[in-house]
Amino acid sequence: MQILNKLAQGALVAAMGLAFSVSALATDINGAGATFPYAVYAKWAEAYQKATGNKVNYQAIGSSGGVKQIKAKTVDFGGSDAPVPEADLDAAHLVQVPTVMGGVTIVMNVPGIASGKLKLDGVTAANIFRGAITKWNDPAIAKLNPSVALPDLAITVAHRSDGSGTTYAFTNYLAKQSADFMREVGAGNTGNWPSNAVGGKGNAGVAATVQKIKGTIGYVDIADAMKNSMNFVALKNKAGNYIVPNQDSVADAAAGANFKVKGMAPDLLDQSHKNAWPITSATYMLAYEKGSDAAKQKGVVEFFTWSLNNGQKMAEELGFVPLPAGVVKMVEAEMKNIK
Amino acid sequence: MSEPSASAGIDLHARQIRKFRMQDRIFHYSTQLFAFVVLASLVGILVSLTIEAWPSLKAFGPAFFWTNIWSVPDDQFGALAAIYGTIVTSVLALLFAVPVSFGIALFLTETCPVWLRRPLGTAIELLAGVPSIVYGIWGLFVFAPLFADYVQPPMQALLGDVPIIGGWFSGPPIGVGILTASIVLSMMVIPFIASVMRDVFETVPHVLKESAYGLGCTTWEVARNIVLPYTRVGVIGGIMLGLGRALGETMAVTFVIGNANRINGSLFAPGTSIAATLANEFGEADPGLHIASLFALGLVLFVISFVVLAISRWLISRSMGSEGL
Repeated sequence: MQILNKLAQGALVAAMGLAFSVSALATDINGAGATFPYAVYAKWAEAYQKATGNKVNYQAIGSSGGVKQIKAKTVDFGGSDAPVPEADLDAAHLVQVPTVMGGVTIVMNVPGIASGKLKLDGVTAANIFRGAITKWNDPAIAKLNPSVALPDLAITVAHRSDGSGTTYAFTNYLAKQSADFMREVGAGNTGNWPSNAVGGKGNAGVAATVQKIKGTIGYVDIADAMKNSMNFVALKNKAGNYIVPNQDSVADAAAGANFKVKGMAPDLLDQSHKNAWPITSATYMLAYEKGSDAAKQKGVVEFFTWSLNNGQKMAEELGFVPLPAGVVKMVEAEMKNIK
Repeated sequence: MSEPSASAGIDLHARQIRKFRMQDRIFHYSTQLFAFVVLASLVGILVSLTIEAWPSLKAFGPAFFWTNIWSVPDDQFGALAAIYGTIVTSVLALLFAVPVSFGIALFLTETCPVWLRRPLGTAIELLAGVPSIVYGIWGLFVFAPLFADYVQPPMQALLGDVPIIGGWFSGPPIGVGILTASIVLSMMVIPFIASVMRDVFETVPHVLKESAYGLGCTTWEVARNIVLPYTRVGVIGGIMLGLGRALGETMAVTFVIGNANRINGSLFAPGTSIAATLANEFGEADPGLHIASLFALGLVLFVISFVVLAISRWLISRSMGSEGL
């Protein structure tokens, strides 16, 4: 009984905390969606409030949740890592613009191999992640790494157990490299991972899995990989160079992409720039073409205009990659459609 | 003179009785209302789960419950892997937790020095109050690596070649998996089971125990032949409370079970449980069959909990009957 009493007290305190946190002012702008840009949106919102006094709330509920909420008109803007297709944008009368870019990186935990010392190409990576290569000293890996002493160790694949934009970008890249990967694992927010795979919740969960289990290979976004000082894999890009990811190589991937399409969502994967990191993606903001509340619509445009022009440094510090200056101009022009 | 005052007194008396009766009735109906709110929400949950799960149940039929496939890209769903993980981890957790809890409760009530009883008892209750996510983080960051380095390889060396049993311990020693989840779960349910057992063990009349000791029984004989039969109902209740908690535990399991939607004969291999699958996939579930299948999983968990409750009721009523109570 004592235990039950304690549990009841705890529940009461939690309920009170919740009641306080949901109280919000009517003039605030509310957004919801992808978890990936949460850190940078929160940082921008904080700085924006300091600079202008206006408040922006962003709830990281997941990309498909963000698209659902904006279609249901419960938020002022939505966030999604997977771009909404043109037809859907037209049907729901939505405007879509990129806000910030990032890269997904392959990380590993192999005793005796330092960060950046292991080279993989797209096909080999796809074969590892679909469970066709199960040992670190497999001839396919050894061929790419003649000077590295590869251990006789089983490979464990670490993946996101929750649906995620990170998985979306990563599986789409590997599916481009290998038809077998596309058939067996698939490309999307979640995949059919092989039998030597372990799922971790969130980027932090995958990072922890890779760091704690020997012989693991996994994928996390660059920001999390840097924060946790993880061991990178050098990946061969389309130009044939082995790239260790950093913010410059992500920016180079965007340099060659054509953003002049409806929805501003060009494919940033496997770009041909000589220094481009192959697994680059952008995250997107969705808003209504014609909203019911003009003040809120204006607020959304002002917030993102301010952030894109003043928030590059904040984004970089968090491990994200700001949009190139030319793309920012195009985003500003596109946001004129948010009325 | 006395006539009217007496009738007024009776009148007053009658009015007071009416008032009390009214109060009783209001009390009766309001408490009844509260009780029915519980019943209504129970039925409401069951109905809304069924409605939300319907598209999936219609598409896959009853085969949903015994199909071993969970593929989001192909839109093919079956609950077997999650049901298997839920039941195996919960049963294993009880297998580990019940003997330990029994020992704890017996020590606290029979052989523990009096000055140690309160601090130990409080420590166990505190353990019950630790949030499950803390167990999960500890399990992933501290327990799993140690388990992978120092426990799994010797276990494989010792048992790996034994027929049948060897298969349970095959596969690479990666730390996370069904067995790790079971061990972490058992740690979480031990305080619940142990404190219930301690409370019921304390209800055994001293006369009974003293008589047994007077006949020359050892502590074990007293526990086996006096304490346990006397408290059987409470002990079963405590174990079922632990099982209920283990079945529905979410965050801690999600951290250490490995989150793989498949069945593997090895206990070292990653798996998943119903609660873990729900926690992982609800956030980004696509509308349609995926989300309906997740609701169907919730329905399955509901039914499993219900069956566990029914079994425990049956066990309790049976053992009560055998005592002639």
